[in-house]
Amino acid sequence: MSKTRVIWIGLALLLVAAMVLPFLVKNYRVFQFNLVLVYAIAILGLNILTGFNGQISLGHGAFYAIGAYAAAILMDRAGLPYWATLPFSGVLCFVLGFLMGFPALRLAGHYLAVATLALALAIPQLLKYKLLEHYTGGVQGIVLVKPEPPFTFRFLDQPLSADRWLYFFTLAVTIVMFVLAWNLLRGRVGRALVAIRDHPIAAAVMGINLAMFKSLTFGVSAAFTGVAGALGAVVIAFVSPDSFTVTLSIFLLVGLVVGGLASIPGAFFGAIFIQFVPNIADELSKSAPAAIYGVLLIVLMYLMPLGVMGMVRKLWARWQPGAARLQASVKPGTSVPVPPDLTKESTT
Amino acid sequence: MKLKHLSLAIAGIAAAAISVSTMAQKKYDTGATDTEIKIGDTKPYSGPASAYGTIGKAISAYFDKINAEGGINGRKVKYISLDDGYNPAKTVEQVRKLVEEEEVLFVFNPLGTPSNTAIQKYMNTKKVPQLFVATGATKWGDPKNNPWTMGWQPNYQTEGKIYAAHILETKPNAKIGVLYQNDDYGKDYLKGMEDGLGEKAKTMIVSKVSYEVTDPTIDSQMVTLKSSGADTFFNVTTPKFAAQAIKKAAEIGWKPTHYLNNVSASVGSVLTPAGLDNSKDIITTQYGKDPTDPQWANDKGMQDWKAWMAKYFPTGDVKDASNVYGYAVAMTVVQVLKQCGDNLTRENVMKQAASLDITLPTALPGINIKTSPTDFYPIEREQLARFDGKTWVLFGKVYDPGGN
Repeated sequence: MSKTRVIWIGLALLLVAAMVLPFLVKNYRVFQFNLVLVYAIAILGLNILTGFNGQISLGHGAFYAIGAYAAAILMDRAGLPYWATLPFSGVLCFVLGFLMGFPALRLAGHYLAVATLALALAIPQLLKYKLLEHYTGGVQGIVLVKPEPPFTFRFLDQPLSADRWLYFFTLAVTIVMFVLAWNLLRGRVGRALVAIRDHPIAAAVMGINLAMFKSLTFGVSAAFTGVAGALGAVVIAFVSPDSFTVTLSIFLLVGLVVGGLASIPGAFFGAIFIQFVPNIADELSKSAPAAIYGVLLIVLMYLMPLGVMGMVRKLWARWQPGAARLQASVKPGTSVPVPPDLTKESTT
Repeated sequence: MKLKHLSLAIAGIAAAAISVSTMAQKKYDTGATDTEIKIGDTKPYSGPASAYGTIGKAISAYFDKINAEGGINGRKVKYISLDDGYNPAKTVEQVRKLVEEEEVLFVFNPLGTPSNTAIQKYMNTKKVPQLFVATGATKWGDPKNNPWTMGWQPNYQTEGKIYAAHILETKPNAKIGVLYQNDDYGKDYLKGMEDGLGEKAKTMIVSKVSYEVTDPTIDSQMVTLKSSGADTFFNVTTPKFAAQAIKKAAEIGWKPTHYLNNVSASVGSVLTPAGLDNSKDIITTQYGKDPTDPQWANDKGMQDWKAWMAKYFPTGDVKDASNVYGYAVAMTVVQVLKQCGDNLTRENVMKQAASLDITLPTALPGINIKTSPTDFYPIEREQLARFDGKTWVLFGKVYDPGGN
């Protein structure tokens, strides 16, 4: 069996599992899995920027917030159905991200990180601003109506509840977003992004328009995260400035690193981590849940320095009988997945 | 023989009748059994507001005491408190966990105005009590629209009304200048003041100036207030701005009668940085006994609290008023559960919570907890206190704008 066929069968099985899963657990768990999917899209957005293009952002929580608020305001004020808000959130965040990309051209590495951090810090304050308060609801935020399923049926003796319906909606959006990202990153554009990350001068020499590519990447990345924010608002049915503090941006970055930089499926592992590990930390200690969380994170990064996907690739390589045969089995024209060079990442 | 049979039969019928009647008396909803009552809660144990996490630990320690003494009507309390990091999105998730997975009888004292706003609709749709929420916003006492939600501490509007009453009593021709934070909290206070003044509000309030939390200073607002000719200052600000306002008033030589909201009544974090001399004669309200106040050193209620702290919560800070808060609010919910008896349904929990009439040992003398099916504001009485340059000194009568 060829490797691609194994992957396709694996994906199909995963999809079936993801479809059956919500009928095996309670609504509350479905809600949690729903959030995992939402975070996965957000982390994927950040990964396009940071993992593939090498631009560090500590401010993606801001785009998540803008996407969430755009959806909430459109539902609350304009009476738009929840599904119709996603394109608006995506486009709005694309434009804002693209504009944010311009200062990013002048700022590299740590300077960019600090500039984006400022964005994350400013957003909760801006949402409370007097002139916007009429739309954003100020500190009170906006309470939304949770969408009801358009039809119902029973499966495994469980009804299609509002939570399960939303889960399937989110799952569909997630698949669309991941296919889009995969199409974008596997071809010329993806190679250009990686080239810019690894050696900007060489990339420019090869004819890549650095300014345009970097700004567009920022826009696309923000659009992904904005769509995730809109989904998050629909799922939680409430937005307020306190939901989108700087911690959210940091968590997205943590999810990215845990899942694995420059890895598309890694986003899922990152999302699972940021969704469930804080709950585990809370169960272990009431006195210092943040400290427990930190220790768990350090242990995980020590065991898997390249994130979960880095580990998976390592095991995959070991499981294959001999590196030489692995090389031989690779057809001409396909590339062996290589983990990104993290040491280079941190020195630039 | 016959007589024996008859007596046996009567005994049998009586026994059956008793067991039937006890069966009829005992009523349970999810979360309550013959041996246990499950109560859920969310608190910020991590994140920006984690200083309030100690309230959850204090509540837990109080239930430890109750359980050690045999529980409530023979049932032990199981208190499940989860971390929400002061993030409303996380509160929604954790509260759903409590209701759907842990299957608690009710949710008690979740902390924060945004967090409680996020779950209010869910709680009221699910018909699970959202009892004694830890926030001072006025919107928690609305039994008509949200019959499953109830506040606990005095709300901001009530406090505003108390200042208004004091102004009307002592200075009926006062010219009032108001400085308030431009959000629901600031507007709640302002509404209380305006309602309290009634018809006279329009003429008495000569200047209303607001600020944003994002503003670096409020210097220009203070100058505006002074130039409006106000001789009474209602200071509705959070700690940082409260200190700035007190300092600036002294700098520009403005000496109005100064009412400071209870939110910023901390001697350590507000009055000291503002200057204790500048803070002299400022008036605020209080409803609970302060653990650092020497006048309660020999008070039975506070001595019991100290003994409980030493035995059940030795790691807690005996200077932190939050630990008195946790003790007092837990005491209130225990009273509700005692009143419920063997009828531990969610409906009865709300019914009993709405028929309280008690006085807590840690409350100031004369301050009670009283509710009714139309009054979902448990604590409404407060007393004024004046700063003497060192500490707050209570004075005057106990005010009761809510008619407790």
